[in-house]
Amino acid sequence: MSLVIRKPGILSTVQDLGRTGGRSFGINPAGVMDRTAARIVNTLLENDESTALIEMHFPAAEIEFDSPTVFAIGGAELDAQLDGKPISNWSTAFAGKGSVLKFRNKSYGSRAYLGVRGGFALDKWLGSLSTNLTAGLGGFEGRALKAGDVIECSSTDEYFPRTAGTSIVPLYHRFPTLRVIAGPEFGLLTASSEQEFRKQGFTLTNECNRMGFRLRGKPLNLLDRYEMVSAGVNFGTMQLLPDGQLIVLMADHQTSGGYPRIANVISADLPLLAQCGPGDGVSFEIVTVDEAERLALRFERELNFLRLGCRLQRQNAKR
Amino acid sequence: MIDRPRISSLGDDCVTVDFGNEISIDVNSKAIALAARLNADGFEGFIEAVPAYSSVSVFFKLAEVRRSAQELETALASVTRCIDRALENLSDALTSKGRIVEIAVDFGAQAALDLEHVAEFAGISQRDVVELFTSKTYRVYMLGFLPGFTYMGEVDERIAIARRETPRTSVPKGSVGIAGRQTGIYPSQSPGGWQIIGRTNEEMFSLDREPNSLLQPGDEVRFVPMP
Repeated sequence: MSLVIRKPGILSTVQDLGRTGGRSFGINPAGVMDRTAARIVNTLLENDESTALIEMHFPAAEIEFDSPTVFAIGGAELDAQLDGKPISNWSTAFAGKGSVLKFRNKSYGSRAYLGVRGGFALDKWLGSLSTNLTAGLGGFEGRALKAGDVIECSSTDEYFPRTAGTSIVPLYHRFPTLRVIAGPEFGLLTASSEQEFRKQGFTLTNECNRMGFRLRGKPLNLLDRYEMVSAGVNFGTMQLLPDGQLIVLMADHQTSGGYPRIANVISADLPLLAQCGPGDGVSFEIVTVDEAERLALRFERELNFLRLGCRLQRQNAKR
Repeated sequence: MIDRPRISSLGDDCVTVDFGNEISIDVNSKAIALAARLNADGFEGFIEAVPAYSSVSVFFKLAEVRRSAQELETALASVTRCIDRALENLSDALTSKGRIVEIAVDFGAQAALDLEHVAEFAGISQRDVVELFTSKTYRVYMLGFLPGFTYMGEVDERIAIARRETPRTSVPKGSVGIAGRQTGIYPSQSPGGWQIIGRTNEEMFSLDREPNSLLQPGDEVRFVPMP
């Protein structure tokens, strides 16, 4: 009862919603880049939402199921095929013994998530299965997957076909407007840089990885030179670098940073950024914390509806 | 009494409590004490409170905070209230001294990759650099960068050399480095730009220990030359 990695793809890692409780000791959370996708996939599979999945980029992994497995894919559209038959994103699917899953092409997004019903039988570190690549710990042997890796998982014949509705599936695109909350050092921007921040578009440079996305735009300036002592940062924190450019911290960010924290991308919009890549563009709209919370809770409600729908389907099937 | 620190949002699932943008034992003690209080007795939806030099970041699960919060109250307002409560009588909880931990360091040429350079910078002998470095006790202000990496201070001004202009792509595990008035120990092999003056065999970070990290914020460290 396992997944066999026939081809590893580029940077395929085991990730869940991240490792918490260790930030005080410099242990960064890691975890999936696109939490919305991961949570929808796990909900479709009736897994606990913190169940680990495989995060993949393109070219993605080629995976063999050595026993009957229920799985689902979400996030980037990578043209998944199971034994040559197309598999839709945001839907459950059933793989018989010996089936092979391949990803043929990238039509949009940067990261896809493969979840299996019941999750992976791997050992947790500090309560999480996220791979911490810097420390070489967690997930599958603390590293990206390699050809020949075998990941133990649950086998099941109990399959409920289901698809997430359009009200919950994120609308990814390459030039999103991201809503942000002003950060602790936002007030240090000059008036004209504040305008620039709100108005201009920023391009994602080639320096975009799981740690952070470096953006390029007209440089922003501070009122005064500001020497900041290292302070806390979060997934989505936008720091202003000495050259006037912004970096958005992503899932593998360090626990602290010493650059002014201009803004934070709100939770609801982080997945849109996570699915962008080099050459794509973003612009920013500053919203209130109230608005950010309202949008986050709206997604929680949608996810609850989906969870209830899955449960009802199971209950009806038993009658 | 402690003046109310500045509380600001770091996204919709974290707030940061800022006691002042400075490196001092006094301010750092407040940050450590507040984090300890919250970590010992959090609130519904609380994840963790993380101390830095002069601030604390408080992470929470937005939906859970909202579920237990008063009607129409934002999670931000609810969490801010909890932090204000934890700030009450915080001065009673301040402890300026932590545990004292001795760390044996090899200052030999094989380990001390930048010692010659530091001596040149200071215009003194390598032996005197080691003497100046080991004559002080250092406070662990915070951890960050890598699991178990400590930011300690303060290094004697005479040997407070800036980071290397070009960071090394690989600093050996256990390396003891200087960056300005800060000193730190690389818990694992990693890229890094600090000036390396020695190496310890201590396991700074180990999964076989709880907590994993040998040092904690507030600890005092003495470096002892290996015989």
